[in-house]
Amino acid sequence: MTTSPLPPTPGQTIGPFYGYALPYDDGQHLVPPGRADAVRLIGRVLDGRGAPVPDAMLEIWQADAAGRIVREAGSLHRDGHTFTGWGRAATDNTGRYSFTTVRPGASRHGRLPFIAMTVFARGLLNRLFTRVYLPAPESALAGEPLLASLPPERRGTLVAEDDGSALHFDVHLQGDRETVFLTYPGHAP
Amino acid sequence: MTTTPTRDAQPPADTTSSDAAASSQADVSAEIEAIAEKYQRDATDRPETQPRLDYPPYRSSILRHPTKDLHHTDPEAIETVAPCFGHQDVDVLESDLTIQHGGEPIGERMVVTGRVLDGDGRPVANQLVEIWQANAAGRYIHKRDQHHAPVDPNFTGVGRALTGPDGSYRFTTIKPGPYPWRNHGNAWRPAHIHFSLFGTAFTQRMITQMYFPGDPLFALDPIYQAIVDQQARDRLVATYDHEVTQHEWNTGYRWDIVLTGSHSTPMEREDDQ
Repeated sequence: MTTSPLPPTPGQTIGPFYGYALPYDDGQHLVPPGRADAVRLIGRVLDGRGAPVPDAMLEIWQADAAGRIVREAGSLHRDGHTFTGWGRAATDNTGRYSFTTVRPGASRHGRLPFIAMTVFARGLLNRLFTRVYLPAPESALAGEPLLASLPPERRGTLVAEDDGSALHFDVHLQGDRETVFLTYPGHAP
Repeated sequence: MTTTPTRDAQPPADTTSSDAAASSQADVSAEIEAIAEKYQRDATDRPETQPRLDYPPYRSSILRHPTKDLHHTDPEAIETVAPCFGHQDVDVLESDLTIQHGGEPIGERMVVTGRVLDGDGRPVANQLVEIWQANAAGRYIHKRDQHHAPVDPNFTGVGRALTGPDGSYRFTTIKPGPYPWRNHGNAWRPAHIHFSLFGTAFTQRMITQMYFPGDPLFALDPIYQAIVDQQARDRLVATYDHEVTQHEWNTGYRWDIVLTGSHSTPMEREDDQ
């Protein structure tokens, strides 16, 4: 990637007071909770001591169940049937978040489906990107290029667990189980 | 709304908290200066453009920054495009923060306008811009903000807009005041407006803060100073623009935003048309 001619604007922390501004009704419901193929994606955001982060905000962006990338407006005022692929959820006082969505299909043959996630928090000076892979056999996980490029002990930080009723995915901002956070071509330090 | 993030604002003087006033401004300023000097000393030909995630003068960052390097990866298809927003999402009136209640808010009425661009200077059209801010007295509507400054019943401090075909946005609002917080003793944030931005790719998502020229609190603020490069910091400061100022009505500021990260492919941009 060549250097961009325009220097990028720096990010800053979301701060403590976004709660009245950014979260909105049904932001976390990419599909209505009652829908037959709805699945919950739930978990906690934790700091370097394992303490819950009660002022984090997560956004997810994903393909639909068929792996199709939709380009539909309407995420801020959901009409109850259009799947927009995007949602936003703040953590509660115990650091927990919850989305209701569908399991994304693979957008490319032979590749594992994942949900793209952005993490914001008070105390976090710039957003972080990560991926939430759906559970898969170890051999399949080891064949996915991103996961294969990670030390085996860190691979699991990007894979949700399925307990039959929900997908579980914790975000560890720091520590032994620190989530793998991503940077993409064009991103500068 | 639905969430209750914890607060950073100053409590009444008779209460204490574990993190309140553990350090003085002089302590924090010395830390800021030491980091800045080291950056100058180690200067390379690639100046930093983003804030440090690990920046101890901002105390809340200490346990909330990753300690391992960010992992380089090429974006997959979903990451090369961004969520779409339309007029069903954003009403045009949401860009005027001074008309959301029955009366006029107190303070300096101003317009903030500018463009959202990608790294190649291409406009980011039809995309969501969200802002939130304190009122003229430095008080947020947020219920955890206990700063002893008045709430303005005519000002919420939340706005939304969609960018135009040229990437432009325009908000009418009130100039926010600085406010105290609990990072250290007598800590004050420079006046700022929070901006939330999307690009044409998921990887361009960004939240930041816009500041005002010449704020005397810049040197003292560990959030602003976490961007250790002076030229990079300057990119968060709006420019006063008398062309935006209107006769007997509002002052005007201009601020352009350049997003970073991967760009969408030409085919995807055609789909957007």
